Amino acid sequence: MATLKLEITTPDAKVYSDDVEMVVVPGIEGELGILPRHIPLLTAIKPGELKVTKNGQNIYLAVGEGFVEVTQERVSVLTDMAIEEKAIDEAAAQEAIRRAEEAMKHPNIGHEEVAAVQATLQKSLAQLHVKRRQH
Amino acid sequence: MAANTRDIRRRIKSIKNTAQITKAMQMVAAAKMRKAQSAALAGRPYADLMNKVLVSLSGRTDPALSEFLEVRPVKKELVLIVSTDKGLCGALNTNLLREVNQFDSEKTVFVGAGRKGVQFIARTKRQLLADFEVKDSPGLLDTKPISKFVIEKFISREVDKVSVLYTHFVNTLTQKPTVKTLLPIHPSEIGSKEEAAAVAGEGSTEYIFEPNALDVLSGILPHYVHFQVFQMILDSRASEHSARMVAMKNATDNAKQLIKDLTLEYNKIRQAAITTELLEITTAQMALG
Repeated sequence: MATLKLEITTPDAKVYSDDVEMVVVPGIEGELGILPRHIPLLTAIKPGELKVTKNGQNIYLAVGEGFVEVTQERVSVLTDMAIEEKAIDEAAAQEAIRRAEEAMKHPNIGHEEVAAVQATLQKSLAQLHVKRRQH
Repeated sequence: MAANTRDIRRRIKSIKNTAQITKAMQMVAAAKMRKAQSAALAGRPYADLMNKVLVSLSGRTDPALSEFLEVRPVKKELVLIVSTDKGLCGALNTNLLREVNQFDSEKTVFVGAGRKGVQFIARTKRQLLADFEVKDSPGLLDTKPISKFVIEKFISREVDKVSVLYTHFVNTLTQKPTVKTLLPIHPSEIGSKEEAAAVAGEGSTEYIFEPNALDVLSGILPHYVHFQVFQMILDSRASEHSARMVAMKNATDNAKQLIKDLTLEYNKIRQAAITTELLEITTAQMALG
């Protein structure tokens, strides 16, 4: 069976690199399932859940903002966060959400900071979403 | 004779103190170096992948789509100099700043990140546009103001080209001063030829962009610039700490060698003094007897 070469990279490390059967990414226009021999595509992704199917097994990752490049045999995911489901710390994510919400309430928050805090919030929510879907 | 031995003793003591300081600095630099190196190296796969994406992208899209790709005749160039804040890191800054000479000071404005570069630009009376401070272990958010500033200058057409002068980290012993063109984003500058060839071999059908090419490009290109600047600063940091560690190790070794030589000389003089004294005593005794 044809496979896709999937690479997920963040600025800190190469998180995932393997041949897989299918990838589902949280595209900016909605979820996007990618199978081998997909037409070349480039799209932005939003924080959410990324599903990898390999040997019939599903792996779930929480990803942040970034981009996906798809060619016939290769999928490259560039994102600022990628955490595997079992590595997600639920308490830490909740704590991050609480802190972000608190920071948003602060009266004299700068434009840049709002964007940064919102990004953190989105990412933490994505982590929780991925973690909780298993239960 | 006694005065001379005292002088040497004093020198040995002072060199010992110096050696202690350089040794301590070497230890600190070594610890920082490990951190900075792993940070710089960790970002490379991301940068490589991004380069690959952009190379394959630029081959298949129209440069007129984004102002980031627009090539203009260079009337004014902006150079970002990434240097260190502190000295005592060997020839690192000297080598880096030598590269500044290749830019025409009439047509070039400079932006400094790091105090040494800023001082050099001021001293040689070149045009300095802005001066940014960078933390010791910066995050992407810390370097974003810098990249944002240069992007604004480029988009507003104040400058027609943006280059970065930084120290590329090769390994602990080798750091290479490098000039890289940041804007306009140019495919041949981005990736190596083999990469471009490898990508071209994958089939040259046009990309589908979702939602559309303009949106995707205007998202990915600024991000690319931000990340490039971040990565270059990390590289410079890794180079700085490596260079400092090596410089301090050399200083410590030299100090130790000097101490050894001086101790030898000190002992020789001391022995000579004792011998003369003994001779004097024996001669005096013989003269009396």
